[in-house]
Amino acid sequence: MKFWISMAVLGAAAFGLALSPVNEYFFYAAYVVLTYVVLATAWNILGGYAGYVNFGTPAFFGIGAYTAVLLFRWMQAPLALQIAAAALMGALLGFGVGMLTLRLRGIFFAIATVAVIFIMETLMINWRYVGGAQGLQLLRPDVTAPFATYTRMLFVLMVAMAIAGIAIARYIQDSWIGRGLRAVRDSEEAAEASGVPTLRLKLLACTVMGALMGAAGAPMPMYLSFIEPASTFNLSYTIGALGSAIIGGMSHWLGPIVGALLLGSLQQIITVTISGEVNVLIVGVLLVLFVVLAPQGLLGLVKRWLPFSR
Amino acid sequence: MIFSFDLLFEAILFGILLGCFYAAVSIGLSVSFGLLDVPHVAHPAIMVFGSYCTYIVAGWGLDPILSGVLLMPAFFVLGVLIYRFYYETFERRGADAAVRGLAFFFGLAFIIEVGLILGFGVDQRTVQAPYIGSSLALGEYRIPYRMLVAFGVALVLTLALTLYLSKTFTGRAIKAVAQDEPALRLMGANPVRIKQWAFGIATGVSALAGAMLIIIGPVEPALDRVYIGRTFCVVVLAGLGSMTGTLAAGLILGVAESLVLMFFGASWAPAVAFGLLLVVLGIRPQGLFGR
Repeated sequence: MKFWISMAVLGAAAFGLALSPVNEYFFYAAYVVLTYVVLATAWNILGGYAGYVNFGTPAFFGIGAYTAVLLFRWMQAPLALQIAAAALMGALLGFGVGMLTLRLRGIFFAIATVAVIFIMETLMINWRYVGGAQGLQLLRPDVTAPFATYTRMLFVLMVAMAIAGIAIARYIQDSWIGRGLRAVRDSEEAAEASGVPTLRLKLLACTVMGALMGAAGAPMPMYLSFIEPASTFNLSYTIGALGSAIIGGMSHWLGPIVGALLLGSLQQIITVTISGEVNVLIVGVLLVLFVVLAPQGLLGLVKRWLPFSR
Repeated sequence: MIFSFDLLFEAILFGILLGCFYAAVSIGLSVSFGLLDVPHVAHPAIMVFGSYCTYIVAGWGLDPILSGVLLMPAFFVLGVLIYRFYYETFERRGADAAVRGLAFFFGLAFIIEVGLILGFGVDQRTVQAPYIGSSLALGEYRIPYRMLVAFGVALVLTLALTLYLSKTFTGRAIKAVAQDEPALRLMGANPVRIKQWAFGIATGVSALAGAMLIIIGPVEPALDRVYIGRTFCVVVLAGLGSMTGTLAAGLILGVAESLVLMFFGASWAPAVAFGLLLVVLGIRPQGLFGR
């Protein structure tokens, strides 16, 4: 109950903020940070709970974005329909990749997800209808009341999506699904021998992850008014999602949120003040530092320093 | 799509040369991932780093291949250090190591890539040598000398490593670690020291592979990304740890990529390795010559 009240308060606060005369740039930056919250939360469902590393965040994110563009171009579909279709395509991709490789060891799944990024990118480069390699300019539809600008509306939308994603991750963590996934992570043989349906659970986790990532990608073309393969299928999404979960802590749904808020804000600041390259470098260095020195992430550090909290 | 037997022949010829090159750039990974089971996704990044080191050394007036050979001892030490670090921080702690080991190498690849961008910029770099830029005319076919040089070095490298692993005492010890580590431990050998040595060799070979990479074409920091697909495709298709398999798998990938390049265009070529990799993982994950 406490969770739902705080989420409702958060949602209401975001809505109020979008109607207030806060600087437009805030929403522009916050949208990207929120995207990382959704991506990291989704990544953690398979990566954190089950221990299967997904490098393919841009593939799932990108299939969502391109599904949205396709629907928009084809029949001027409303944003809600674009998101639903993107989630479906993301889920299908997750299920497909999972079917192909989740029976194998984790490293093969990880490499297969890298492969999916490049195959998707190549397909989109060669598909003229959605812009090909040059990309496609998109004309945003009119803003719906009560929002003053389109970015503000997307901001509220992304907050809602983040809340939905967090609720799903929290449900999975606390239910039998999460217990089964943790059993898979700790020892797959032992889990299988004790009657845990390991493959089915992994597939479920991979499908949910794909759906969330696909949904997170759907509003991106509208946000940028533009789509292009190289930046859509960029590996920086991989390192963003993976880095957020590891830096925040992978064992609890709160971890990826903390990580994404921190990392996302830091990236926004560094990209503006220093440069885009330094920003990626810092994320990489932070990732390696945490993985080596604080494998339980920030949550683990907090728990170690405050032994009596919980 | 224009089809003719001349083009087909040319594509296959080019594919064989390219395939040997792919085998050579994958052979280090075949040792580190195939035999030692280290999730070394930073292998292509280290190779590109080798290309940039070659670029610097060759800039002093040395031949690029000679530069690559001279860099090998330094890369050997680098490899020993990387493995030592990986072992102490991840492998020894067991259980959770898989996820964090992968994340570590991925982060390492990113750091190398961005470090190269900060150091050299995003521009492409090339080296100079007499055999770069000219080509051998064979009847109506023209084969660039740079391809032939890379082909030759690749062949020597692959054969040398295959012989080393099957004929020498240390080589056999490396294979023994891959087959049954606990047994080796029971016989009083130290598997960590053997693995450290093997990882050093795999990384040392990457220096020469990097030199070939910059001979065969211009190099840019982000080049490692597409080579993740090519190297892992070759190693998985070969069957983990099989050296002869690596050569065969490299040739298959080289010819496949060359055919796609010739008949469908350059924009489809990068997907060949990744597509082949997915197919192999789906149909025959133990590879062609798998154990």
